[in-house]
Amino acid sequence: MNQNRRVLLKSTFAAGATGIAISAGLLTPKAALAAWPKAAFEAKDTNVALEASLGSSSTTKSSDIKLKAPDIAENGAVVPITVTSNIANTEAISIIVAENGTPLAATFNLGANTKGFVSTRIKMGKTSDVTAVVKADGKLYSTSKNVKVTIGGCGG
Amino acid sequence: MAKSSIKIRAKVKKGEATVKCLISHPMETGLRKDKKTGKLIPAQFIQEVVCEHGGATVMNAQWNGTISKNPFLSFAFTGAKSGDMIKVSWVDNTGKNDSTEAKMK
Repeated sequence: MNQNRRVLLKSTFAAGATGIAISAGLLTPKAALAAWPKAAFEAKDTNVALEASLGSSSTTKSSDIKLKAPDIAENGAVVPITVTSNIANTEAISIIVAENGTPLAATFNLGANTKGFVSTRIKMGKTSDVTAVVKADGKLYSTSKNVKVTIGGCGG
Repeated sequence: MAKSSIKIRAKVKKGEATVKCLISHPMETGLRKDKKTGKLIPAQFIQEVVCEHGGATVMNAQWNGTISKNPFLSFAFTGAKSGDMIKVSWVDNTGKNDSTEAKMK
């Protein structure tokens, strides 16, 4: 068995145990859900959400994070957000919408070879600051952008 | 084979793969009311999306109902070759799940 395969298997167990288990059908969905940080996604306060998801709420502003979001979102139900982190060893990226009922929208946990880049679409209830929080080497960095919303995206 | 809810487009350029996924899913927050009955539409949203390549988890996304309906997701990673397979899976709060494999161009 060559070294590469050993390293791969090691990193699989370390990083991807839950993911592999779900796909192998070994873990029932209920067990997998246990890994989802409920407290983080139901928190109404940004700091509580960050603590629960990334382990800390103290962030440093960084210009090495690029947050691409529209100045004005025509449709609050679909707001495209792209985060690019140029900070070395980016491990996770979270998206926070301050004025939403539950501010934490998403947390992306990145593998060792994964770039600090994620793009997705979120719902915004009203005009709000959107903050991208990057976790690198255990520390948190952030950048924000204010996005104006003309029609709220939560159906009300 | 049943049609998957996940569409994947993945390209590899100079060892770096860029993956774009589009997942069919209502992503209901549980806060919306049905206009006809006035009752709350129950929450149904994807909680976790996992992408695997070469046996390792490349990216694990944790979401709640804030992510838009029919979620779009894009990310990138190195160490990839054209022709490699990647697998994307998701699990939602009701226990439903789906997964798809795709070959990267």
